[in-house]
Amino acid sequence: MELEIKILRYNTESDEKAHWDIFHVEALPDDRILDVLLEIKSHKDGSLAFRYSCAHGVCGSDAMIINGENKLACQILVSEVSNPIKIEPIRGLPVIKDLIVDMNDFFDSYKKILPYLISEESSGDRERLQSPEEIERIEDTTKCILCAACTTSCPVFWTAGSFIGPASIVNAHRFIFDSRDQGKIQRLEILKGINGAFRCRTAFNCTNACPRGIKVTEAIQEVKREIALNS
Amino acid sequence: MKVVKHSFDGVIIGAGGAGLRAAIEAGPHMNLAVISKLYPTRSHTGAAQGGMGAALANVEEDNWNWHAFDTVKGSDYLADQPAVDILCKEAIDSVIELEHWGLPFSRLESGKIAQRKFGGHTVREGEAPAFRACYAADRTGHMILQTLYQKCVSMGVKFFDEFQVLDIKIDDGVCKGVIAYEILTGDIHIFESRAVTFATGGFGKIYKVSSNAHSLTGDGPGMLFQKGLPLEDMEFYQFHPTGIYRLGILLSEAARGEGGILINKNGERFMERYAPSIKDLAPRDMVSRAIATEIREGNGAGPNNDYVLLDLTHLGEDVLREKLPDITDFVRTYVKIEPITDPIPVQPTAHYAMGGIPTNVNGEVFSDEKGTILQGVYAAGESACVSVHGANRLGTNSLLDIVVFGRRAGKSMVDYVSKTAHMTLSDNSAEDVINKITALLERQHNEEYSVSNIREELQESMSSNAQIFRTEEKLSKQTEILENLRNRSKNITVSDKGKVFNTELLDAIELENLLDMAEATVASALERKESRGAHTREDYPERDDLNFLKHSFTSKDTSGKIKVKYKDVELGKYPPMERKY
Repeated sequence: MELEIKILRYNTESDEKAHWDIFHVEALPDDRILDVLLEIKSHKDGSLAFRYSCAHGVCGSDAMIINGENKLACQILVSEVSNPIKIEPIRGLPVIKDLIVDMNDFFDSYKKILPYLISEESSGDRERLQSPEEIERIEDTTKCILCAACTTSCPVFWTAGSFIGPASIVNAHRFIFDSRDQGKIQRLEILKGINGAFRCRTAFNCTNACPRGIKVTEAIQEVKREIALNS
Repeated sequence: MKVVKHSFDGVIIGAGGAGLRAAIEAGPHMNLAVISKLYPTRSHTGAAQGGMGAALANVEEDNWNWHAFDTVKGSDYLADQPAVDILCKEAIDSVIELEHWGLPFSRLESGKIAQRKFGGHTVREGEAPAFRACYAADRTGHMILQTLYQKCVSMGVKFFDEFQVLDIKIDDGVCKGVIAYEILTGDIHIFESRAVTFATGGFGKIYKVSSNAHSLTGDGPGMLFQKGLPLEDMEFYQFHPTGIYRLGILLSEAARGEGGILINKNGERFMERYAPSIKDLAPRDMVSRAIATEIREGNGAGPNNDYVLLDLTHLGEDVLREKLPDITDFVRTYVKIEPITDPIPVQPTAHYAMGGIPTNVNGEVFSDEKGTILQGVYAAGESACVSVHGANRLGTNSLLDIVVFGRRAGKSMVDYVSKTAHMTLSDNSAEDVINKITALLERQHNEEYSVSNIREELQESMSSNAQIFRTEEKLSKQTEILENLRNRSKNITVSDKGKVFNTELLDAIELENLLDMAEATVASALERKESRGAHTREDYPERDDLNFLKHSFTSKDTSGKIKVKYKDVELGKYPPMERKY
């Protein structure tokens, strides 16, 4: 089938403003959008820039807006979107080139919530015990691949880039509710600040955007509740 | 071109499991930089699924010696047995250490780390399948990558994200640093560093159907091979039995560990014929060969009889949801099949390089088959060849390899840095790299010499001629094809002439590495006139211990001529036996 692909292009090096380019591409219904982009890059325009790596939704490189929704290009098939297909960079982070945005602020926010296990306990030479129920408590939020699809779908983040964002709260949740972790109070202190969890207005965009199916909004609500209970 | 200079004691190239684990070891003791062409969390360790083998004995009696026996037998006796002992013994503490750093392993009712069965892992030297693979659902690699990165963040490890290392400077066998390209700006960075660890991963992109990320192009081994240094055991490339048909996306062996079976078009569980005792849990080389044989004999399923079926329907919805959630989602996403009710079309997919940069058990790199050590250069993980995997790696042993030998490489960096003085690099040490990039950018674009055309032909031809079944005829043909592609690649052109995120330029440079990997694979495969592990020569169907119980060392001289030399395998407790399961 022939597709019409409209891509929002911009290059900090040479362009004053963004513009749309249109490509016509032959594709199979079960090709990924990433395959279509690679076809364009390989045979139509080698300068088209986008990040990609694993090509099956686990590395988190290729979040972009496809027909208005935040998706991973490698997780969406041609048959699942209507033609023509509009592709834009994710919103709220500075565009560097075409579909590539500057991720530094995103990772800086992630680092703010102390994204590592904090435990003073001497753990001995065997594993700490944890029940299947205890690990299940954090199973959902440990799936995060830091693709930024959630954070860049959040209306609060678009208007206030200082908001720590859903992805950081999801990663905080993963530690706050880990039975082995002892850094809960420190993290809650960070998250109750002006740019923390309470900026969330439960728009649910993040939950819809998550390519890993994480219940992001629910995780944020659980963190808010924990802040309330501990203050 | 702008040139920026940095001074470090140690540099690690690559931020997957091996690189991050080396960084955790070395970071506190030196001024260290980790340079990665991707954000660390994008590394392909994150795609590993099923588990990490270690004889924790959480489910039933187990013993690291049994793990070692299985690994040696799985390797078709080509692994170095003292190295395998280290791998299997240190596995236990390595898993515990990851737990202590926060890795969210799946748990047993007892609260201990859960363990499951995996291909080729047995108790009491082959008696029955062993519960040895420690797992976090079917996203064990993701959890390892996240946990190691988190640990690095907590330690303040210095990262250079989205920088591509293009050259290593070695003078008279002594390392002095690396030259990198900053993807964001196109600037060149000179890193003075007397210790350099390669942890750049594999090179599955030499094949068309592969489980590997697009980024896996053999950058580390390529860099050394281009300097005339040897690569070890390059003929041994693993095809994972269960890639999603056509796409190659990995469906973990854990699916069979949990009870899944392979069937052909007649609904026959054909592995019963190939491995009567452990059947679908035979090692990967045997299962992939069995699938390829079934397809060749017309027993493949589908309209073209070119795949077999992975049947998980009898496992029940709960097992799939709790233990195999990701891979069942992949099946739903990419082939629109519901694995609870329907079997899944699979075919072998290019998966793992047993070969790579030759190292000893401390990650120190050899510059020849005699064991001469390259001062200050280390390698770990898939880019290295210790060798613990020999001719065929067992499932779950790669995630072990990265942490056990990543740690050892990191420790070797610390020892070396503490007893050597700082190395300097002159401002013109980046000249070769600058000339190469300038030439590529200045050459007028010509579609015939585009990256993608050459790469597509490389992948197609390697898949046709140097895959699971090999013959002298096909390998010779592939040698000619590679010569032709190599000649064309000398005129390779790119259409993007910019500095910012010129990924086409990087694709061109990576393609050169892929060609190197393919050349080394084919040359060593031609010379190995026997069948062992993943290397099957139809014209030499038997294993030949008399002539080939040896590691190959393949190198290329300045004229482009390839030589294959050999080094004896280090044997141990387990004398080579016939490999039956």
